[in-house]
Amino acid sequence: MNGAVVSEPAVDLPPTQASPSPQPQAPLEWRFSQVFGERSAGEDVQDVDIISAIEFNKSGQHLATGDRGGRVVLFERTDIKDSACRKEAEKGDYSVTRHPEFRYKTEFQSHEPEFDYLKSLEIEEKINKIKWCQASNGASFLLSTNDKTIKFWKVQEKKVKKVSVMNLSPSNGSGNGKPAGGNVCGSSAYLPNGGISKSGGLPLLRLPVVTSQETSLAATCRRVFTHAHDYHINSISNNSDGETFISADDLRINLWNLEISNQSFNIVDVKPTNMEDLTEVITSAEFHPTHCNTLAYSSSKGSIRLVDLRQSALCDTHSQIFEQHEAPGSRSFFTEIIASISDIKFSKDGRHILSRDYMTLKLWDINMDSGPVATFQVHEYLRPKLCDLYENDSIFDKFECCQSGDGLQVATGSYSNIFRVFGSGAGSKEATTLEATRNPTRRQLQNPTRPARSLSTLTRVVRRGAESTGIDANGNSYDLTTKLLHLAWHPSENVIACAAANSLYMYYA
Amino acid sequence: MATMDALIYPIAILVDELKNDDIQLRLNSIRRLSTIARALGEERTRKELIPFLSENNDDQDEVLLAMAGELGVFIPYVGGVEHAHVLLSPLETLCTVEETCVRDKAVESLCRIGAQMKESNIVDWFIPVVKRLAAGEWFTARVSSCGIFHIAYPSAPDQLKAELRTIYGQLCQDDMPMVRRAAASNLGKFAATVEQSYLKTGIMSIFDDLTQDDQDSVRLLAVEGCAALGKLLEPQDCVAHILPVIVNFSQDKSWRVRYMVANQLYELCEAAGPEHSREHLVPAYVRLLRDNEAEVRIAAAGKVTKFCRILSPQLAIQRILPCVKELSSDSSQHVRSALASVIMGMAPVLGKDATIEQLLPIFLSLLKDEFPDVRLNIISKLDQVNQVIGIDLLSQSLLPAIVELAEDRHWRVRLAIIEYIPLLASQLGVGFFNDKLGALCMQWLEDKVFSIREAAANNLKRLAEEFGPEWAMQHIIPRVLEKINNPHYLCRMTILQAISLLAPVMGAEITCQKLLPVVINSSKDRVPNIKFNVAKVLQTLVSILDQSVVEKTVKPCLVELSEDPDVDVRYYANQALQACDQIMMSS
Repeated sequence: MNGAVVSEPAVDLPPTQASPSPQPQAPLEWRFSQVFGERSAGEDVQDVDIISAIEFNKSGQHLATGDRGGRVVLFERTDIKDSACRKEAEKGDYSVTRHPEFRYKTEFQSHEPEFDYLKSLEIEEKINKIKWCQASNGASFLLSTNDKTIKFWKVQEKKVKKVSVMNLSPSNGSGNGKPAGGNVCGSSAYLPNGGISKSGGLPLLRLPVVTSQETSLAATCRRVFTHAHDYHINSISNNSDGETFISADDLRINLWNLEISNQSFNIVDVKPTNMEDLTEVITSAEFHPTHCNTLAYSSSKGSIRLVDLRQSALCDTHSQIFEQHEAPGSRSFFTEIIASISDIKFSKDGRHILSRDYMTLKLWDINMDSGPVATFQVHEYLRPKLCDLYENDSIFDKFECCQSGDGLQVATGSYSNIFRVFGSGAGSKEATTLEATRNPTRRQLQNPTRPARSLSTLTRVVRRGAESTGIDANGNSYDLTTKLLHLAWHPSENVIACAAANSLYMYYA
Repeated sequence: MATMDALIYPIAILVDELKNDDIQLRLNSIRRLSTIARALGEERTRKELIPFLSENNDDQDEVLLAMAGELGVFIPYVGGVEHAHVLLSPLETLCTVEETCVRDKAVESLCRIGAQMKESNIVDWFIPVVKRLAAGEWFTARVSSCGIFHIAYPSAPDQLKAELRTIYGQLCQDDMPMVRRAAASNLGKFAATVEQSYLKTGIMSIFDDLTQDDQDSVRLLAVEGCAALGKLLEPQDCVAHILPVIVNFSQDKSWRVRYMVANQLYELCEAAGPEHSREHLVPAYVRLLRDNEAEVRIAAAGKVTKFCRILSPQLAIQRILPCVKELSSDSSQHVRSALASVIMGMAPVLGKDATIEQLLPIFLSLLKDEFPDVRLNIISKLDQVNQVIGIDLLSQSLLPAIVELAEDRHWRVRLAIIEYIPLLASQLGVGFFNDKLGALCMQWLEDKVFSIREAAANNLKRLAEEFGPEWAMQHIIPRVLEKINNPHYLCRMTILQAISLLAPVMGAEITCQKLLPVVINSSKDRVPNIKFNVAKVLQTLVSILDQSVVEKTVKPCLVELSEDPDVDVRYYANQALQACDQIMMSS
């Protein structure tokens, strides 16, 4: 009945057999699972179709994507209806070829392009972030935001109703004002006691009979949270209390109640009194998954601040700061730009924070603010090219990051539609490069030291022109126009959903 | 048959519109559900209408809200209390929808119906509803269930009672914070129906769990529970169980919890009784007054007078006053403002000597505060101090404060002080007013902002009412009339407005002798706006003036204006002339 939103217990065990030996586990083997909106060769991508947000819900039964055209598309899992059976399979034999499968569920237009007349600004409809909220009564709830406005959506299966019996037939209802004679006669069979009411009611009155055959999914906008941000919203995040959420823009973080759309509280404000003194902006913010009073936000200077909402109403002073000080000699013009954090994510247990800056993924332990516990180089071969990347603005691309539900792997995207998965467990050397295509491991064959390239890369070079595609001395090619910015890891299984332009690729391991 | 049709027709429409596509029509039908029910009769209402409503509950929130409200008063239409249980089913489904206001309304209606149901029916019908909701798959149902336990519990047999207590305990430990919050906020109501013996054991252990909840939002609702439970427990139990919790809460890590304590402290003191409050809660309160978080201090400062009332003057002076002194120079203007709005009330509590010695310096420093709201708050409560120590001691500082506010660059501040002028005048007396404030009142008539000029005119009227026409004749009228020669036409318009407001207070004679000539003179003004305002003012004066004066002076003037080249002047003059004629006719 409510199979769609079965809440599963968190899978505590790593999905691979928890081996008693301390040796690092084998790297995950990623396989292609599905693709939605695959582009056929030579087809041009419409800008509005480009995916700009991906989010799994808490149980992993649902997946939502948002695009630049302001649409939200929902997918639901189809391969497991019976969760008990699935767990059985998981425990019994890992290698059982179970193929996680999602299907298109519905889509709706979440945001429309707008114009702010006071500021003469166009407001794009592009969906910046989507967050799932607590499901109830078989309906899904989610928040979606563009640069300025957050909307709270309810998606529910609705019966299509048809009213079949009426007192007044529609043809003569307004005309002669008499209860339709035919209907009245025919109705006596329908009345429980032959149309005679003992207590003096009017026997001729009948209640409308409603028949419903089919059901359809309908998305309704329940609330609109707006007029609280002067700058562009970069993140929204739900609190574990189930009633509040935050929205963050470049300079401020506001706290909202899901039920109250006409007021919000400013909890962090980094705007200096004189805008010329501005040196740092907020790039991302997220609530702790279980501690209702802890909030983390990242900055363009590469620091992550932890805020304790209990301490005061205005949390301009942080309770903890995580930053890594660059070695003094290595500073260059780009140091500060590439240090900017584009995304942060708490681990499922809230113990770690994963951050992505332009060149690296960093994993932080919230009990250790002296430096990250692990740093993963995402695309080190681009370091000599920073100057080019700066000139064509690619250096400001905002890549997202994600962590597996068990916290043993982390992943993030790069150029040429590739994404990388690293093992973050102790001693793990896992570092996989995957390409968002039907054949994700094709890239791995291509050893960085070997100058061989697959034909498709060559053709792409031809098609797109050379200025955005480069080949470095080692033969690594990178195509700056195809960047994989958005990806999400299933909350309890090794399933990754990632966006390559307008296509949604799903992989499993 | 024809009469039958005529009778049925409007109701038939209502019934059909229950399913109309237009939400307004559906709402209309739902709001007149009782009419439909009456037409159907009790039996068909039970057998058809109520099931129909139970099935058609996926409508929009507005319709559901209206339905939830209507069903609460539906007992007469289903055949009285014996049949009340048929209403439970549609309300039960409404209790599960996700919109909070609909659920709240449904819970309210369930309580209303449950309160009327017979005991046996409660056991047979109502309690199963409670249990079903409490075991609901979705949190919305469980949230709603928390609000109806107190109706079900008293009628339940012992075994069921034990079960209900257990279920409530489980709700307090639900996975969803929403459910725990509902359980926490309804705990007081439920506890009030539970027997003393279980109160001390079962309920208190539930309560203890809530007070240690991880979620701040749950703990802060438990603060309210302190007051409610405290009133139910016997004094010694309250001291043993509730007081330590309150003291703990007042030192909670979360400022929101401390804020709740500060806001509720008076109620908590009532629960704890005056003796124990003095002993245990004064230190807690002092801590809150000195809290790190301004929001907490604002809440605490706002309760200072109320709290002092339950203490002895001596204790208040010893413990609370030092904090009040600190707060009067708090770094947050909102704290000072909250303090200023209540501190005058402390005067009657402390008595004359202590007020002069201790409070007066604080009043005076707040009167000099840089933030206008603080000064305004002090001035607005002046009467409370006046009763205790008289105004003389304050008047020295009062005047500069008033003058400064009167000249504040924010017009809203000026507007606020004008509102208080009649109060000040009554408190300070005629003498003080004449000396110091009279000039200010005149100055406002020439303010740059219309709202201030308008308020100034109104203020003169209220002063004339306060001190009487004779005083006004002496002190106000001449100075107002002088200003009719002001070079700015907007100012002259204000004077005309003031005249029309003052005239009813001053009476026919003065109006005729002093005010009317000025108005008539203004009809020669070169600005048309003044001229048509003259016409308007004359229209209001007609009812006050003697008939002969109207004939002799007012009418000729209006006739002249009615031939003015300006169309607006002619319009208002003709309006006034018509009014004259009507009054003449009627008299």
